Amino acid sequence: MTAITAARAPVATPAPAAPTVPAISLEGVSKTFRSGRETVTAVGKLDLTIEAGEFFSLLGPSGCGKTTTMRMIAGFEDATSGVVRLDGKDVTSVAPNHRDVNMVFQSYALFPHLTVADNVAFGLKRKRVPAAEVKQRVADMLELVELAGHAKRKPGQLSGGQQQRVALARALVNRPRALLLDEPLAALDLKLRQAMQLELKRIQREVGITFVYVTHDQGEALTMSDRIAVMNGGYVAQLGTPAEIYERPASRFVAEFIGTSNLLPGTVTDASSEGSTVRLGCGADLRIGETLDAGEAVDVTVRPEKIRIGTAEPDPASSRVPGTVADAVYLGSATHYTVRLADGTEIVVFRQNADDVTADAIAAPGSPVWLSWHPTHSYVLPENSGPTDATQGSHHRA
Amino acid sequence: MSVIVEGAVTGTPAPPRPRRRIDWGKLFTWTVLGWLFVPIVFMIAFSFNDISGRHNVTWQGFTVKWYGQAFDHADLTQALFHSLAIALLTMVIAGTIGSLLGLALGRHTFRGKGTTNLVMFAAICAPEVVLGAALLSLFLLMGVTTGFVAILLAHVMFTVSFVAITVRARVITLDPKLEEAARDLGAGPWTTFRLVTFPMLLPAIMAGGLLAFALSIDDYIITSFVAGEVTTFPLWIWGATRVGIPPQVNVMGTLIFAAGVLLAVINVILARRQASRGRP
Ligand SMILES: Nc1ncnc2c1ncn2[C@@H]1O[C@H](COP(=O)(O)OP(=O)(O)O)[C@@H](O)[C@H]1O
Ligand SMILES: [Mg+2]
Repeated sequence: MTAITAARAPVATPAPAAPTVPAISLEGVSKTFRSGRETVTAVGKLDLTIEAGEFFSLLGPSGCGKTTTMRMIAGFEDATSGVVRLDGKDVTSVAPNHRDVNMVFQSYALFPHLTVADNVAFGLKRKRVPAAEVKQRVADMLELVELAGHAKRKPGQLSGGQQQRVALARALVNRPRALLLDEPLAALDLKLRQAMQLELKRIQREVGITFVYVTHDQGEALTMSDRIAVMNGGYVAQLGTPAEIYERPASRFVAEFIGTSNLLPGTVTDASSEGSTVRLGCGADLRIGETLDAGEAVDVTVRPEKIRIGTAEPDPASSRVPGTVADAVYLGSATHYTVRLADGTEIVVFRQNADDVTADAIAAPGSPVWLSWHPTHSYVLPENSGPTDATQGSHHRA
Repeated sequence: MSVIVEGAVTGTPAPPRPRRRIDWGKLFTWTVLGWLFVPIVFMIAFSFNDISGRHNVTWQGFTVKWYGQAFDHADLTQALFHSLAIALLTMVIAGTIGSLLGLALGRHTFRGKGTTNLVMFAAICAPEVVLGAALLSLFLLMGVTTGFVAILLAHVMFTVSFVAITVRARVITLDPKLEEAARDLGAGPWTTFRLVTFPMLLPAIMAGGLLAFALSIDDYIITSFVAGEVTTFPLWIWGATRVGIPPQVNVMGTLIFAAGVLLAVINVILARRQASRGRP
């Protein structure tokens, strides 16, 4: 391809790659509900771009505006301000039945008076797809969700998991530009939920449709997503890949919402262009890669599984603090320690019970231990970012 | 408890003598059922009474001849025809208006909703005598001649609230997400109503319509005010009581009752089938 272009137009500067149009983009979208004299701002000012073929999750605690955001994409809520685009086209004031997206409702919302096959065929019939093709596509879709034998049943005769898959099939069969799923697995029990997570991911890969997935379950979002928008109070607190969000939470809110984080309060004692030194409450000094202001009070964060625990004094080049084991919980494959530092701060440490871990002398509560980690694993968390300061990477302060 | 165990261990049969208790619940149920059904049983029985005189009040023997002569009284047949026509039209008109009203009241908030609810409730609570008298003066004032149309207007007026309340109760329990799902799948507002809302409401609409039919066909009080020269089935019977009610009345009553039971049973079966199949 490039070779041909080069041969035809040897002089021209290489043509810029055609900008791919995002499947969905929200530009300054907000939603305020008015009930009587009170107003509730469900969604602040959202700017989101969701690429075609992406598995994109909206993750956040209950009431943070995830459903409202999704309903604005589907067309069930009118945005108070801003523009909603599907494939670059402004659909802000287009009715839901004229938007090329489909939704999977948390309550499934299957039509109880129609058979499974008629439920799945509903969208195709509205588009006046020829009957023979409808039949074929419905059959193929029921095959995909492994419900081929249940076509003639009514939704009331199916289990929760099966109903969930009918809801998925009913939306997917229309081959929408994007599929919107609002906590689709929340009503299922744990085992089934985990199986369905993998199943959904498989189906998404097979059909290649953009998925926008709403969940309040951080594990689910980390497992399935290509990218995650962590939402809080109607705003995006952080946007990134699961690894970025887990490894480098942009704010205290994200650090605490996703996984377990240790927060160590301290004061910056020394700062240069190479990094800074933070003196913790317990008296230990930590080297931090970021450039900070001397004298500033900060929170240093480090994930529990990044920390090594041992009795031998660690290499002074690593980040290290001494402490006392306060509690140890043996979980089979891992042991979770709670270690108390000199100033009373408690640090949680997860250690895999790998083959190098022998019968534990340090496990006993009360025994003195050293905690250490690679300096890159700890960094300073900015304060909770507000509405205007919600971009990823805001922790890199100038 | 321990007594029984002891008895079992020592082998002495402890004869369990349950005291004969009166099951009040059962007694109550049967009393109420009897109360409801004995008059109907009498009505049916006396449609088979082989009377010779004018009065159908004492049992004189079994016959089915009245069924053969059911339509021998031309004016009674005419009255029955009026009643059936009015009841059917009431069912259709009040069924339609009441369903739409119930849908609006159950689904939407609008200016005057509270007033509408109040008026509906008032229409149900108001004594029929008062309603009838008021309707008569209203019709006279508006120049509506008493008769068939006046009866129909009056019946629609007092049955529409019952339909609306029946349908509203169903609408309230309807999941609005179902309609959203239909919209999401490309159905416009009308298609959504036709394919989703209406089928889900159908049992309630049918129940409301049947209720309107039943209320209309046996209404006496309101009808008597606005009927003018027109005679309906209840009006005819009332007029006939002074000279003796012919057994044909019992025959027609029995037939209407049988038809009513049949319709009610069909409605229940349909509703139950839908419920058992259709719970999401
Ligand atoms: N129709 C509505 N009317 C008034 N407030 C609403 C409505 N829908 C949602 N809200 C409010 O908006 C906020 C966000 O709701 P929602 O988007 O459902 O959150 P999530 O899906 O993240 O749990 C909540 O505070 C909720 O109470
Ligand atoms: Mg929600």
